[in-house]
Amino acid sequence: MTMVYDEALDAFEPVLGLETHVELGTRSKMFCGCKTTFGAPPNTQVCPTCLALPGALPTANTMAIESTIRIGLALNCSIAEWCRFARKNYFYPDMPKNYQISQYDEPLCFDGYVDVEVDGRTVRIEIERVHLEEDTGKSTHVGGATGRIHGADYSIVDYNRAGIPLVEIVTKPIPGTDRLAPEVARAYVTELREIMRSLGVSDVRMEEGSLRCDVNVSLMPRGASEWGTRTETKNVNSLRSVERAVRSEIERQAGVLADGGKIVQETRHFHEDTGTTTSGRSKEEAQDYRYFPEPDLVPIAPDPAWVAELKAALPELPSVRRKRLQAEWGLSDLDMQAMHNADAFDLVEATVAAGAPPADARKWWMGELARRANETGTPLADLPITPADIARVTELVASGALNDKLAREVLEGVLAGEGTPDEVVEKRGLQIVNDEGELSAIIDQVLADNADAADKVRSGKIAAAGALVGGVMRASKGKADAARARQLILEKLGVSG
Amino acid sequence: MSLIRKTAAELGSMIAAGEVSSVEVAEAHLDRMTEVEPKVKAFLHVDRETTIAQARAVDTRLRAGERLGPLAGVPIAHKDIFTTRDMPTTAASMILEGWRPPYDATVTKRLREAGLVILGKTNLDEFAMGSSTENSAFHTTCNPWDLTKVPGGSSGGSSAAVAAYEAPLSTGTDTGGSIRQPASVTGIVGMKPTYGGSSRYGLIAFASSLDTPGPFARTVLDAALLQEAFSGHDAMDSTSIDAPVPSVVEAARHADVAGMRIGVVKELGGDGYQPGVLARYNEAVQLLESLGAKVVEVSCPSFTTALYAYYLIAPSECSSNLARFDAMRYGLRVGDDGTRSAEEVMALTRAAGFGPEVKRRIMLGTYALSSGYYDAYYGQAQKVRTVISREFEAAYQQVDVLVSPTTPTTAFAIGERVDDPMAMYLADLCTIPSNLAGNAAISVPCGLAEEDGLPVGLQIMAPVLADDRCYRVGAAVEQALESRWGGPLLKEAPSL
Repeated sequence: MTMVYDEALDAFEPVLGLETHVELGTRSKMFCGCKTTFGAPPNTQVCPTCLALPGALPTANTMAIESTIRIGLALNCSIAEWCRFARKNYFYPDMPKNYQISQYDEPLCFDGYVDVEVDGRTVRIEIERVHLEEDTGKSTHVGGATGRIHGADYSIVDYNRAGIPLVEIVTKPIPGTDRLAPEVARAYVTELREIMRSLGVSDVRMEEGSLRCDVNVSLMPRGASEWGTRTETKNVNSLRSVERAVRSEIERQAGVLADGGKIVQETRHFHEDTGTTTSGRSKEEAQDYRYFPEPDLVPIAPDPAWVAELKAALPELPSVRRKRLQAEWGLSDLDMQAMHNADAFDLVEATVAAGAPPADARKWWMGELARRANETGTPLADLPITPADIARVTELVASGALNDKLAREVLEGVLAGEGTPDEVVEKRGLQIVNDEGELSAIIDQVLADNADAADKVRSGKIAAAGALVGGVMRASKGKADAARARQLILEKLGVSG
Repeated sequence: MSLIRKTAAELGSMIAAGEVSSVEVAEAHLDRMTEVEPKVKAFLHVDRETTIAQARAVDTRLRAGERLGPLAGVPIAHKDIFTTRDMPTTAASMILEGWRPPYDATVTKRLREAGLVILGKTNLDEFAMGSSTENSAFHTTCNPWDLTKVPGGSSGGSSAAVAAYEAPLSTGTDTGGSIRQPASVTGIVGMKPTYGGSSRYGLIAFASSLDTPGPFARTVLDAALLQEAFSGHDAMDSTSIDAPVPSVVEAARHADVAGMRIGVVKELGGDGYQPGVLARYNEAVQLLESLGAKVVEVSCPSFTTALYAYYLIAPSECSSNLARFDAMRYGLRVGDDGTRSAEEVMALTRAAGFGPEVKRRIMLGTYALSSGYYDAYYGQAQKVRTVISREFEAAYQQVDVLVSPTTPTTAFAIGERVDDPMAMYLADLCTIPSNLAGNAAISVPCGLAEEDGLPVGLQIMAPVLADDRCYRVGAAVEQALESRWGGPLLKEAPSL
């Protein structure tokens, strides 16, 4: 039986480890000149090298090496002065050569760290290594219930992805996260993603697989000093899933251990629908990859002067940028944290750049739009609305042309594809009623219909005016300026607000 | 003299001067092939029409005034391990039977650019693993000197084709001696260039860190002309050397060893070597001395361990290189009847498609790379390799070139060593050290062994990128011996 999360954490301490694969956004593949465009028709971006035709040879993509070094530098790593590619040998139909060109004991970057903030606490994640390798082709298993190779009727392979440069970032074991383990894991992957984005080395789209994460989790009884057996959960394909996978694995392992069972060192698969993991292949039967230095490629020996140049030219990193923006915007730690978690920085910054006050920009993206994104399961950035749209709405509110309620309706219209904020205002007729005559007439009607309430106000119970304002808003279908209506009501009833 | 007896240099000049067309030269060789192929069996693929079409195209280019190289219009036999767009490429393996590559190897491309006319694809030991062509999945090639003997290997089809006057030139690949040993036992010239000096792109890999394309010819100059035509830097091969190479053609024309320092490798020669081989070899060394070279004995003690290091490194690399033959994308596919898994089809295909020697090496290499054995086998072999390179470097401090017999024996009989892999491997005893160090080395004929009347080769080894020294010394030996013999050694060969 699985254990409830809080109980699991009462009994055990988790140790995390994360292996993240980032597909680099280079124009050509790692070891040949083929294009890397996502979504091209199957097997149209292939050549003798990435199809592993007899006689074909790899040549290393210099841009990919440069990107990897920049990633290493951004993660505070040391850069190897000399290192080699290695062959990782195993048979699999979507791997054309039946070995993957990777790196083994000589990674390009090593011994770095990245700080993440969770719940007001800074957690330092140590990076063991950053290395460069090539992606495999993509198998689709047709027929059968699981979509996996076992039980499938047949499989088809698309080699467009074979040979796309892949950077693997491996953390050292992360102890001491305690109850925050799931949040730390998520914050780390979020931070990596932002770093990659700021470096411009990858589009880091988890749903397209350009950022993929394997999550290692082990538990040890509270107070113990020796780490437990870990499992490796594969194919965790969204930030939310990272968090859920850690949580689910903690609950499952705690259940097994509490029942006196043993954790099997194994690969597990995460299931988006149930939020749980199931057993994959056991590490006991893990293959011997027979790594050896790749004889088809010369060693990589980055010139230290070049590395220094790359380091000097690194862009502002996300953590630095966040500190700067917080100071500029004057927002609280909590607001910043929430924006970070929601991946809203770029959007808010762009909205501010388009003219919106920072507080308003934050409010719309983190309120109405975040709610909308959650409901539909869409990343915030993928909502069909732009920072410029939000900036325009805040401008309309500030000028008194819209109130909050109308502004929400405008956003709804924009999200529904009805056009720009101004077009939605026009089409839906959403201007605030500013015509004093019209408003006065509505108020007179409301006062006549609610004589009791009007009398109460006349007799000094000013609180009763709220119901009258409500009546005016209803009668005007929300288009009245509530503050002005209240003022007029009080004037008409001969009391001063 | 008939066209087939001429050297490539002569044919090139005649074609350039318009004295004969490339088509005529190709036809003469195709006719020769029709006559002797049933006995020699040097080729796996011959296609008269494709060959004539190539020759006609070269004639057209020449008539249009295009300036091509000195070998334009000259025919060549191409080892069936280089990919060719217009001819099948099999590496003499069932697993690739009938495969037509969609691309040309860099060597193939450069042959075409130089106007060479490809006569066909020559036989070899499967995936270049062997010393006799007996490991070819298709047939065994016979030595034109004695049809009951092997032509050497792995490039035995290429050596036999040139020795039998089916082609004036051919290509080979040398991983442990696969050019020099067949050249030696068929009485022709074979050169292993510096590793990285000629491109491996499109050469079906056996052992990536050792495989080196190189030329076969009947004269040292022809070999140099051919090497110059296809070698040089290639961006498609990461291990290709991007540095200027000394002119090998100039060196082949500069047959002068006066003042050169020549080292006789103490560890190569002596016990276990055929007496007739040693006799001719010693005469060649004396000849060099008489030509003004300074000869000294040099000791390279680790050369005796080279064979063992080689038989760990080469199989290790091959076990990985040959993993791509999995029935998924090309070549043979066995057992795909809709009931079997991909893994089963891969296993059945590999079981049926690879011959016994290939399987032996894949297993050997898989074992040597396995976790727990890596350090003791592959790792240790790499250390030996480093030591051998250092011994070469130390030797080249004292001398300009090193010499040894190319092989311990003359051509052995077909069938003699097929059941004894170790005896087969010993054929490469003298050639392997240069592969491990990536050095240049050539084999030139130095006479016939007394006991069997078969050719003996002299190996001349030079430092990395000093290929020119091999040619210079080789040309001096050739010139002196031919004047002594009154012509090339091959005129002693029986007519077929």
